[in-house]
Amino acid sequence: MVFSPSRRGEPAPALGYRATIIGAALVLLLIAAVAIAVGPYRLAARDLVAFLVAKATGAASPLPLPAETVILQIRLPRVLAALAVGASLAASGAAYQSLFRNPLVSPDILGVSAGAAFGAVVGIFLSLPVVAIEAASFAGGLAAVIIVYGIAAVIRGRDAVLVLVLAGVVIGALFGAGVGLLKYLADPYNQLPAITFWLLGSLAAANPHDLTSLLPAVAIGLIPLGLLRWQIDVMTLGEEEATALGLDTRMLRTVVIAAATLMTSAAVAASGIIGWVGLVVPHLARLVVGPAFARLLPVSLLFGAAYLLAVDTAARTIGAVELPLGVLTAAFGTPVFLWLLAFGRRPAWS
Amino acid sequence: MSEPRLAVEDLSYGYPGRVVGRHIDFALGASEVLCVLGRNGEGKSTLFKTILGLLPLRGGAVRVDGEAISDWSPRRRALTFGYVPQNSGGAFPFTVADLVLMGRTAHRSVFAAPSAADRAAADEAIAALGIERLARREWLRVSGGERQLALVARALAQQPRILVLDEPTASLDFGNQVRVLDAVRSLAETRGLSVLLSTHHPEQAFACADRVAVLAGGLLLRIGAPADVITSETLRACYSVDVAVLPVVDDRYRVCVPRRYLQ
Repeated sequence: MVFSPSRRGEPAPALGYRATIIGAALVLLLIAAVAIAVGPYRLAARDLVAFLVAKATGAASPLPLPAETVILQIRLPRVLAALAVGASLAASGAAYQSLFRNPLVSPDILGVSAGAAFGAVVGIFLSLPVVAIEAASFAGGLAAVIIVYGIAAVIRGRDAVLVLVLAGVVIGALFGAGVGLLKYLADPYNQLPAITFWLLGSLAAANPHDLTSLLPAVAIGLIPLGLLRWQIDVMTLGEEEATALGLDTRMLRTVVIAAATLMTSAAVAASGIIGWVGLVVPHLARLVVGPAFARLLPVSLLFGAAYLLAVDTAARTIGAVELPLGVLTAAFGTPVFLWLLAFGRRPAWS
Repeated sequence: MSEPRLAVEDLSYGYPGRVVGRHIDFALGASEVLCVLGRNGEGKSTLFKTILGLLPLRGGAVRVDGEAISDWSPRRRALTFGYVPQNSGGAFPFTVADLVLMGRTAHRSVFAAPSAADRAAADEAIAALGIERLARREWLRVSGGERQLALVARALAQQPRILVLDEPTASLDFGNQVRVLDAVRSLAETRGLSVLLSTHHPEQAFACADRVAVLAGGLLLRIGAPADVITSETLRACYSVDVAVLPVVDDRYRVCVPRRYLQ
């Protein structure tokens, strides 16, 4: 008999892995098609199909020029940005959860988002170019996670989860204060609205140029997470056991934290603070396909991308004015988080 | 003269600024089971972790086949030592099969997925412990004894030469204690494994060990065959209780009973 985890028909996950991947991909495509079609300039489904066929075959586009401009310059970059940001936040959340051995941590709770936001606001404040804002965001996010992890490592002998979460909240608040100071100092007519709007989370300004810095950062972060997927599972057992099983835990932890923080920071630099995606999406993904990172990562990427694209499309279509993304994800995320806190399975913390 | 498989020489162990035990000397050969006794706080877990390289040496040396292992990589250690911790830190609902497969980590290159050989080794380890029926269950949801067997299977999947078990029978019911000890004994006999385990039950040494080491006051008080070491005097020195060690069935086994109960 074979008891290998890849065998189908395993009882633990609710759905088959393959079915989940295919289903999520189809839903994602559907949402993407809707997202490209809807908006102030409405496109019919058959126009969209005609456009795709023309692009695929290299024929001349059947659409009028404004429609093509809307698709290529406005909708498509925004859709791609939403997919990349959602996927990044979910993937980095999954990595943090595995590494910190806690299904309730996320980039927001660990203070990474606040640190990254502070870095990015510094960049905006100094009118730096986009790549420099992204670098500053990464530095801020990394600083936050290192401080939080350091605090949790120093304060031993207490509930490790509690220390981690409280340290994240405290450090997040500190970086939040830094952001407040910069807002206070910022030019009220020029910089302040940009910072405020950006902090609430939005993809309204997404353009092809942003994508050229967002997508590579996401890819660079994703590659090590994908390659180390089997090692990351072993890391969930904790430092000592992982070492006893043959892992260089210090190296692994460094690489995984750097990769996850890069993805979070790139997302934050592109879209502002969009909370809860990194917590709720990997948690749901784990409920569906189980904790093995080799499955958790692809499913988190798909779920995160589809979720954020759906929320972003809703944000720009349901109201007369565009709603901030961070507000919507918080409105969805808070009840889910509370539900997990109350009814989620307790991790067997030692 | 051939080197013993594992040699611990004048070992000191402990934590930064606090040495718990010192001058620990013993050797362990193939197919040999050594049982370590000692009261709470004597640092049995610390000693094991120091031997495994999870804690730094505070002095002395650990040798495998005569070679000092202090500069060995975690991977090389994991190919030699299989470790069954007292409490596993795992917090996620992996299946028992997934958990056992993690024992193969050191056999793969860094980025590699588990191979067919890895899965075969994990399945074989599961079968060796007789826990096939648990393979697809979440390991956090099986009983304490079954979890312990799963951890032994994981250590076995490492295909180590030395098996280190930290109080493998703690918090197990009586039946599971017997099952775990029987499994350990038969692994030593059938696979030539060297086994180092700790326990709080001196009698268990008669059941499974070739030799017993008793730690007391941070020193190795006695080491030798169970019948020689587990005596009223040693147990009094170790645990500060007055215990009679009584033979059962032609002295094939001995039981330890506090004398007060016999009056």
